[in-house]
Amino acid sequence: MSKICRDAFEALSGIKSGMTLMSGGFGLCGIAENCIDALSMIDVKNLTVISNNIGNSGRGLVKILVQKKIRKAICSYVGGNPDLEKQIFSKEIEVDLVPQGTFAERIRAGGMGIRAFYTPTGYGTIVAEGKDVKVFDRPCILETALTADFTIIKAQKGDSYGNLWFKETARNFSPLMAMAGKITIVEVEELVPLGAIPPEDVHLPGVFVQRIFQGKNYKNDIEFLKLKE
Amino acid sequence: MAWSKEEMAFEVINMLNDGATVNLGIGMPTLVAELMPSTKNIMIQSENGVMGVGERPTAQTVSPTLINAGKETITVIKGASFFDSSLSFGMIRGGHIDYCILGGMEVDVDGNLANWMVPGQKITGMGGAMDLVNGAKQVIIMMSHFNKNGTSKFVTRCQLPLTGTNVVDKVVTELGVFSPAMGKFKIIKLASGTTKESLGDSTLYI
Repeated sequence: MSKICRDAFEALSGIKSGMTLMSGGFGLCGIAENCIDALSMIDVKNLTVISNNIGNSGRGLVKILVQKKIRKAICSYVGGNPDLEKQIFSKEIEVDLVPQGTFAERIRAGGMGIRAFYTPTGYGTIVAEGKDVKVFDRPCILETALTADFTIIKAQKGDSYGNLWFKETARNFSPLMAMAGKITIVEVEELVPLGAIPPEDVHLPGVFVQRIFQGKNYKNDIEFLKLKE
Repeated sequence: MAWSKEEMAFEVINMLNDGATVNLGIGMPTLVAELMPSTKNIMIQSENGVMGVGERPTAQTVSPTLINAGKETITVIKGASFFDSSLSFGMIRGGHIDYCILGGMEVDVDGNLANWMVPGQKITGMGGAMDLVNGAKQVIIMMSHFNKNGTSKFVTRCQLPLTGTNVVDKVVTELGVFSPAMGKFKIIKLASGTTKESLGDSTLYI
């Protein structure tokens, strides 16, 4: 069966209200623009969304946030996302703030079959509340794996098997989320033939990818343009 | 006279060993990168997945997929590498980063740090700060000595939600360089003309 889909709508078939969704990207860098646009047009709600920032400055996942499609957000940094902050204060959304390294590792663990791990990050802070503590060389807290029903990510290049190549810092959480999603959807700037990505340069083997499609109309927004004076 | 932000950045730069790997927080710590002399051979890591952060791009070289953890456009130096967030935080948590330089809201005599949340105010999230303070070999805090109300940020015990416990190695402010030690703040250096009395509660310092 081919993994190649026509577009974001076909790739997202089967997504339902109440599901858990992982979405790649750091701020707006490397986000799955086509899938997010499609989700804003699909009738789904009560989603649990696992994404580092849940969009920013009115863009990215904020599109579906303002449509009240997200019931719970699991993320590490929401600075610069006033729409999310508003929904947190009005209790329209539940938010679980996770230290970024723990966030990444919980997702990686989810994809790698590790159920939980001990980490020093967060010990002695509100992050540790209610969590098992064990002393190794120093006190550590127990953190559990994260998985998702659907994962949406973007890569610069991908082939029909789903082998991926990411550009610069657009990689961030995407390979981890691909591993942790039951159905991982990848949109690519360039859908290339098998073999076009040399095996040594494959950043994520296609075994973790279930659906892939050629994306279009990428904006690749820059959040803070800083140029040399 | 109190140090300027640039002078504070040079105090931090002087603490870094040649060839060190450094992670810089958002805000004042970014000055450290801007003022770093190239002779120091410092590798700057940014936790969104890059080792070897360089100077700002030009309008010709700018790339939307090349940013730092502050989501600002950057370039990379020769010898740079890109990686995913798990590997990035593995470098941090695994003790492979020599220094992290972060801002601060409160530091206490036990080396506890609060720098991510003021209850009831703006919600931002901790980002990578909790991983950084627990993972980097040395944690240097770069902050103003007093908050906006004029209260000292050097306290006996942090009141704000903590970022990490017993994690701070050095604090650089406009008034000097300090280190939490034995239930006090050891004065390592004072800006010229600064007296112990001008630091706030002078009994906190040795």
